[in-house]
Amino acid sequence: MLEIKNLQVKLEEEDKQILKGVDLTVEAGKVHAIMGPNGSGKSTLSYVLSGKDGYEVTDGSAELLGEDLLDMDAEERAAAGLFLAFQYPVEIPGVGNMTFLRTAVNSQRKARGEEEMSSTEFLKVVREKAKSLKIDAEMLKRPVNVGFSGGEKKRNEILQMAMLEPKLCILDETDSGLDVDAMKLVADGVNALRDEGRGFLVITHYQRLLDHIKPDVVHIMHDGRIIKTGGPELALEVENEGYAHLIEEEA
Amino acid sequence: MALPQPKLDATEARIAALELPEGGWSAPARKDALARLRAMGLPHARDEYWKYTRPETLVSAEAPKASVFEADEAPIFGERDRLKIVFVDGVFDAEASDELALEGVEIARLADATDIHWAKDLYGTLEANGQTPVERPLAALNTAFATDGILMRVTGKVSKPINLIYHHKSDSSDAILHHVVKVEQGGDVTILENGPAAARFNKVMEVDVADRSGFHHVRTQGRDDERRAATYIFGRLGTESTFKTFTLTVNGVMTRNECVLELNGDDAVAHVAGACMGDGDFHHDDTVFITHDAVNCESRQVFKKVLRNGATGVFQGKILVKPDAQKTDGYQISQSLLLDDDSQFLAKPELEIYADDVACSHGSTSGAIDEDGLFYLRARGLPRGIAEDLLTIAFIAEAVQEVEDEGLQEEIVERVEAWLLRRRG
Ligand SMILES: Nc1ncnc2c1ncn2[C@@H]1O[C@H](COP(=O)(O)OP(=O)(O)O)[C@@H](O)[C@H]1O
Ligand SMILES: [Mg+2]
Repeated sequence: MLEIKNLQVKLEEEDKQILKGVDLTVEAGKVHAIMGPNGSGKSTLSYVLSGKDGYEVTDGSAELLGEDLLDMDAEERAAAGLFLAFQYPVEIPGVGNMTFLRTAVNSQRKARGEEEMSSTEFLKVVREKAKSLKIDAEMLKRPVNVGFSGGEKKRNEILQMAMLEPKLCILDETDSGLDVDAMKLVADGVNALRDEGRGFLVITHYQRLLDHIKPDVVHIMHDGRIIKTGGPELALEVENEGYAHLIEEEA
Repeated sequence: MALPQPKLDATEARIAALELPEGGWSAPARKDALARLRAMGLPHARDEYWKYTRPETLVSAEAPKASVFEADEAPIFGERDRLKIVFVDGVFDAEASDELALEGVEIARLADATDIHWAKDLYGTLEANGQTPVERPLAALNTAFATDGILMRVTGKVSKPINLIYHHKSDSSDAILHHVVKVEQGGDVTILENGPAAARFNKVMEVDVADRSGFHHVRTQGRDDERRAATYIFGRLGTESTFKTFTLTVNGVMTRNECVLELNGDDAVAHVAGACMGDGDFHHDDTVFITHDAVNCESRQVFKKVLRNGATGVFQGKILVKPDAQKTDGYQISQSLLLDDDSQFLAKPELEIYADDVACSHGSTSGAIDEDGLFYLRARGLPRGIAEDLLTIAFIAEAVQEVEDEGLQEEIVERVEAWLLRRRG
C-alpha cells in the first residue's frame, strides 16, 4: 500500500540532510510502528509523505497504492487516501471545527469524483463519531483546535481521521500528552478503523500506546534511517533497554 | 493664523465650485461651517493625519471621473424587511424609496426641511465638536454645502432597519450628503447603508444617542472600483447607551472613513469595526477617534484589512481617556492580511490616557496567510484556493462578529466569499 524506497530528504533552506535513505513498506490491513529517539526524523518522514513545504527530496521514491506521492500536492495526497494525525495539531482561529470537517470531507469526495455528503447526513455521522471519542457539541462548534487541551486536540485528529476514512493513516506521537483514559479513547478510535483495506503507520516513543494498538511490525529509526525492523517484541525491548544498544549494534 | 497660500488657494477653488444652500433653519449652521472650513483650509499631504492618504483627489475643485459600476449580483440587504431610502448620485429618489413613515421614528429630507426643525440644534454641532483636537475640514465642507440627506428622530424601538441605498449613475457625480440621527431616550434603531453613491462622495452622519438608547449601523461600500469617498460619523453617547457601527469596504481607489465618538454618559458602550478587501489600485483609510469622558464606559475598535496586488490600507485610531473617565475599558486592534509583497499596511495606533483606573489595550499587526494553518487544511484535502479563502474569512471574522445580528453577519461573509471567489485562480 505504502512503498518508500531509499527516501533522502534535506531541508530546503539549509544544507541539512535529515532522511538518509528510508526504506519502508506498509501493507494493507497492517499496523507498522516507528520508534526512535527525538530528532531521528520521524516527523520529517510524516511531513514529507503528506506534502509539507520546506523539504527537498534528493533521492528515492514514495508511492501510495502505486501512485507517486511525491509528485502530488498535499490536498491530492489527502484525496488519494493519505492522512496524517499531526504531532502538533494546528490552531485555526475563526474557522469553525464543523465547517472545517465538512469542507474537508466534501473536498475529498469532490476530488475523487464522488457525491458530496449532505449536511443532514454529515451532521448525523459526525455526531455519532464525536460521541464515541467523547467530543461534545461545544468542541465541534469552536474554532479548529483553538483553546483545546492537548488531549482534545489529539481526539480531534482521530475524529477527522474517522470522518475522512483514509487508506493510510500516519499517527505522529498521537499518544504524547495523553493521560491513560484519553489514550484508551484514542486507541479505541484507531482500532475501530482497523480494516483489511487500511494501513497504519504509528509513530511513538512508548510501548504503552502499542499495548492498545497492537502493531504487526516495529521499526526503529535513528539519524534518518530505519536501523532495525522486527515484530512487537522489538517495542518491548526498547521499553526495557532503551535505544542505546540498538544504535551501537548499527554502528 | 493665516493659511499657507497653496492651502488657501485650494480651499477657495473648491468653495468656488460649490453653491451654499440659502435660507431655512440650517443656514446659520452652514454659515458657521463655512467659516470653520475657511479657518482650517482643506487637507494637505503635510497635515498630520493625511500623511498616509493623499487628499488631493478628495479636495480638488472638480471630482475625478469614475465609471459607473454594473453589478452582477443582487444588492445586499435586499431580502430583508426594511424601509428603503434611495439616493441617486446624491439626490433623493422618492419614486424608488418607501414612504418615509415608520413607527418610532420621524424621517425627513434635509432638502425638504425648510421650517424650524429638531435637527437645528444638532446639524453641524457634533461635526463642530469633532474638529478638536484633530481637524476634519472635509466634514465642515459637508455641513456647509450638503445638498441632501436624511434627518431621523428616533423616539421608540424601530421595528425594522432603515436602509439608505445609494446608486451611482453619472460618471462625474460629486455628491455631498449629510444625515442626522437623533435617538431619544429608550429609542433603538438599525441603519443599513449600501451601494455605490457617486464618482466622488462626501458624507457626514451625525448621531446623537441619548441615555439608555441604542444605535446600530451596518454599511457596505463597493464594489465600484473607481470610487473616491470621504465619510464621517460623528457620535455622542449618553448614559448606558450603545453605539455600534460596522463597515465592509470592497474596492474603491480612494476611501477615507472617519469615525469620531464621544462617550459622555456613564456606562456607555461604543463598538467601531470594519473590514476591507482591496485588490490593486485600492487605498483605504480608517481614521477613528474615541474620547472617553464618563465613568465605566467601554469602547472597541476592530479593523481588518485584506490587501493584494499592491493595495494600500491605513489605520489611524486613537483612544483619548479624559481625567475623570475612570474604569474605562478601551480596546483597539488593527490588522492586515497581506496576500503578496506589493501590498502595504500603514498604522498609527494611539492611546492618550489621563485617568489612572483604566484598562486600555491596542495592537496592530501585518502578516501573510499562516503557512502552518494552510498546510493543515490542505493536508485534510482542502484545495489551496479554498483553504486560503477560508483563512482569509477567518481573518476578518473578529471584525464581522462585531455586528450583532447574525443574519447580517452571514450576508457580509457571503459578499466577502464572492469577492474572493471572483479572484481565485
Ligand atoms: N524545519 C526544520 N528546520 C530545522 N531543522 C529541522 C526542521 N525539521 C526538522 N529538523 C531537524 O531534523 C531532525 C529530525 O527532526 P524530526 O523529524 O522532528 O524528528 P523526530 O520527529 O524523530 O523527533 C532534527 O534534528 C530537527 O531539528
Ligand atoms: Mg516528532
